[in-house]
Amino acid sequence: MTSFLAHYDYWVMIFLAMSGLFIVISRGNLIKKLVGLAILQTSVYLLYLAPGKLVGGTAPIVDAAFTVYSNPLPQVLILTAIVVGVATLALGLALVVRIREEYGTIEEDEILHLDADPADAAVPADPANNTPASQR
Amino acid sequence: MMVAVVALTRSRNLFAVIVLFGLYSFLTATVMVALDAVDVAMTEAAVGAGISTVLLLGALHLCNSEEEKPAHKPWLPLLVTIGTGLVLVYGTWDLPAFSDPVAPIHTHVAPRYLEQGPRETGVPNVVTAVLASYRGFDTLGETMVVFTAGIGIIALLSRRRYVRRGKQ
Repeated sequence: MTSFLAHYDYWVMIFLAMSGLFIVISRGNLIKKLVGLAILQTSVYLLYLAPGKLVGGTAPIVDAAFTVYSNPLPQVLILTAIVVGVATLALGLALVVRIREEYGTIEEDEILHLDADPADAAVPADPANNTPASQR
Repeated sequence: MMVAVVALTRSRNLFAVIVLFGLYSFLTATVMVALDAVDVAMTEAAVGAGISTVLLLGALHLCNSEEEKPAHKPWLPLLVTIGTGLVLVYGTWDLPAFSDPVAPIHTHVAPRYLEQGPRETGVPNVVTAVLASYRGFDTLGETMVVFTAGIGIIALLSRRRYVRRGKQ
């Protein structure tokens, strides 16, 4: 029972990560896929931060009143990761907007269908700039 | 938090998905405060819940707001994710227990930063000291990543405007 409580936090994160992974691989909508990727990313942030916590400790701001601090290093890494994460999310959304301009849809199976049979494309595709659907 | 994610997975209206994602980010920031990571919580609330939501809404404005029914049955992805999840849960048995003071993470490098950091850098907040002073080059690399992403977005979206002008 103590072992269950000691590892319960990891299991919550694993549940969140697997939900994100499920959204990424089972949904066809590109925006929803990006949201799933962001959820997977957030669960990894928590996975880094949770082991650094000490019960009874405070945030790592040194002051004479405290002696026990949580670990500052994972927090530094995750600060960097959050900013990089939002940059990649923005780039992904820009790609989605471009795909929408080119194909007129953001559903994966419709894009694959259009790639296989370009004749019934909703929006006439520019042959010089045909973004392959497999990129996303 | 888990309820928000389950609702998000099931919802097919992308606007609801994005609002639920903002809610989820704020809840994550709250959990981060509970984990003593105040700097990270502030960044997550501003960047994760704020900027990400605005970016997603902006992209949604340019696309359809309804998701179509998935073409395939979700059983195979469900099986894959549950299998991966079970393997990961099995892996947690070897990890140190929550808040174990003798876990390797608390005995290796962190005490050195906590003891010497404020004296060497003059900054009482150790996260800031490590981020800006000890790992300044890391932060420089991070700004380069953000800059590259910005260039990529400008390249993608300005080409779009160029094509539209060419058609007229």
